Amino acid sequence: MIAAFDWAEINPVHVILTVPAATAAIMILLPGYRLGARLNVLASLVTLLAALSLFYVRPPTNAYLFVDDFNVYLVVLTCFVCFTTSVFSASYIDHELETGKLTPAYTRFYHAMFQGMVFAMTLALLANSLGLMWVAVEIATMTTVVMVGIYRTPAAIKASWKYFMLASFGISLALFGTTLIYFTAEPVIGSGDAALAWTTLREHAEALDPEVLNLAFVFVLVGYGTKVGLVPLHAWLPDAHAEGPTPISAVLSGLLLNVALYALLRFKMLLAANGHALTPGPLMIAMGLSSLLFGALMLYRRRDIKRLFSYSSIEHMGLITFAFGLGGPLANFTGLLHMVLHSLTKSAIFFAVGHITQVKGTQDISKIKGLTVSHPLLGWSLVAGVVAIAGLPPAGLFMSEFLLVSSTFAREPVLAIVLVLGLLIALGNLAPRLQGLAFGAPEGNTGPVSASVVPMTVHLFLVIAAGLYLPASLVTWFQHVSAMLG
Amino acid sequence: MFTDPKLKLEIAYMLGGSMVVVSFGLLYQSRISAVINIFAVHATILGLAVAWQAQLQDTPNLYITAAIALVFKAGVIPLALHHVVRKMDIHRTIETVIGTGLTMLAGVGLVALAVMVMHPVTVRSGALVAADLIFALAVVLLAILMMITRRNAVTQVVGFMSLENGLILATAGVHGMPLVVEISVALTVLVAYVVFGLFLFRIRERFDSLDIHYLDTYRRVQR
Repeated sequence: MIAAFDWAEINPVHVILTVPAATAAIMILLPGYRLGARLNVLASLVTLLAALSLFYVRPPTNAYLFVDDFNVYLVVLTCFVCFTTSVFSASYIDHELETGKLTPAYTRFYHAMFQGMVFAMTLALLANSLGLMWVAVEIATMTTVVMVGIYRTPAAIKASWKYFMLASFGISLALFGTTLIYFTAEPVIGSGDAALAWTTLREHAEALDPEVLNLAFVFVLVGYGTKVGLVPLHAWLPDAHAEGPTPISAVLSGLLLNVALYALLRFKMLLAANGHALTPGPLMIAMGLSSLLFGALMLYRRRDIKRLFSYSSIEHMGLITFAFGLGGPLANFTGLLHMVLHSLTKSAIFFAVGHITQVKGTQDISKIKGLTVSHPLLGWSLVAGVVAIAGLPPAGLFMSEFLLVSSTFAREPVLAIVLVLGLLIALGNLAPRLQGLAFGAPEGNTGPVSASVVPMTVHLFLVIAAGLYLPASLVTWFQHVSAMLG
Repeated sequence: MFTDPKLKLEIAYMLGGSMVVVSFGLLYQSRISAVINIFAVHATILGLAVAWQAQLQDTPNLYITAAIALVFKAGVIPLALHHVVRKMDIHRTIETVIGTGLTMLAGVGLVALAVMVMHPVTVRSGALVAADLIFALAVVLLAILMMITRRNAVTQVVGFMSLENGLILATAGVHGMPLVVEISVALTVLVAYVVFGLFLFRIRERFDSLDIHYLDTYRRVQR
């Protein structure tokens, strides 16, 4: 029977979902944190390979799961960053055990939660049913809430509590919005799974009641917007990033925010397909620009290095939301590109920051100095990462920001002024921080650090390579998806 | 017995409406253990409302959702919260609710808002369940108000759980919504997980620490 087993019949979507879920279950039972760390890397690698195969195999759509050109690239990105983070996390956790900040029992739990989070994020991206997508975002919240509080310090518990309260409040509103969508679709499509599946909703979008869609979108925007970290619903984000373990900060910033934004965009596409509903653009532009400005201003004189970069995440998510709110082929293109590049850059920065805070034993920026002298590799990686995130050439983020600014100038010159102002403030606030961190006489512990270099350098290499040369096939892919987004 | 379709609908509305009334009770109650008891009533009514919908719409899997509400939300979770509260020695605490009168007025305003927003939408659709969605939105908004006005973590959790009750009322009320059971399970797990994992667990750890205040509290409870 085994000989008759056809490998080609395996649905990669099932592999992507079952491997992390099963690994999470096994990890709970497995003693030995080293084994756990290795298994974590292995499972993430298998998931990544399955995700890559989606480029060649397009599994059939059903009422629960589907793959289209839009979500496939986010699934691959998510699996890739989860894989590199698992490699980084192995060395990070090793150090935390040595210093006694975590006990082996906690790391077992940590690894199980990590895989649980991978499962939840990929499920949210692959879900066709909007209800299933909501459940997945909820599971992702649940796993990350616990991870944020894993150090059990009062600050960590407080951060995790704040995150739990705001995020569950947000996703509750998103569920109400989802219920409203079903409420209006049920008379048109008929009751059952089809009326909650995004693909059928899109087909029948014109027949849906535009007023209910408007109402639903407001709930969804506030709901999933909280998870994206849009101002004024961002309050959980800096605390959660600063107090949790750094691998989780990397995944939160790099991936979870993207997943929430993806959920929001699916609803936006329904409204666009309806034609009579309100245009979600202005709402998203307003929230995006205010997040951009707020994030940029809050970068000024931050004292905590992880908090600094979490505000930078708010700024960039604002930028991306603005791009999608503006809409049209070019702005959507820059939004998609920026989503990928921001993920890669921000997680690379957090990898570097994780090692830096471990070797220095502090997150206080004023106590970390002269990294390029004491730890050249970490220091220069941080420099490269910050130069990229500030939107300077040659990194890919420069290209996406440049394209966005020029297309905004062509269409809405007034908004472009605000946009450029935000970007300049961010640059002006990041530069002095970087100056102190990276250059000058070293301060604090200058001992060697056992850093896992590969994830960081691979990410930065990809970001810089994208700035110098984007493959034509990738460009046509993004253009195609931009057209889908409308 | 209940063969008249109009009466059936009236009963559904009555249950939904009582949830809104009980939500007001949650808003102004200042004793923590009383808040937990009122929540148990809230969850019991939710269980009955969902069970009634299951019978009304002839969807047996809603009975599972109703059972979850009755067993966990109305039974296990309130009992566990009482336990937590006694362990933390705050069961006699009277929480000062900021401006009861003002809060109640704001609550009335929110219910009016829910009616104004949802009524036109539901009337046009002509669905039977229309009023349930109005009640659900009112419960959700009142719960948010409660989460804002409360300072204590336990009462905030209760506020959040009453928000969830509103959501389940909405999902159960819409005809044949798929995944309702899964969603209610996910919501219950979320609460249970965080209440028991994060809460109890962390607090016990703080008992182990050298914080004298907590040690004192702990000893008194032991005695």
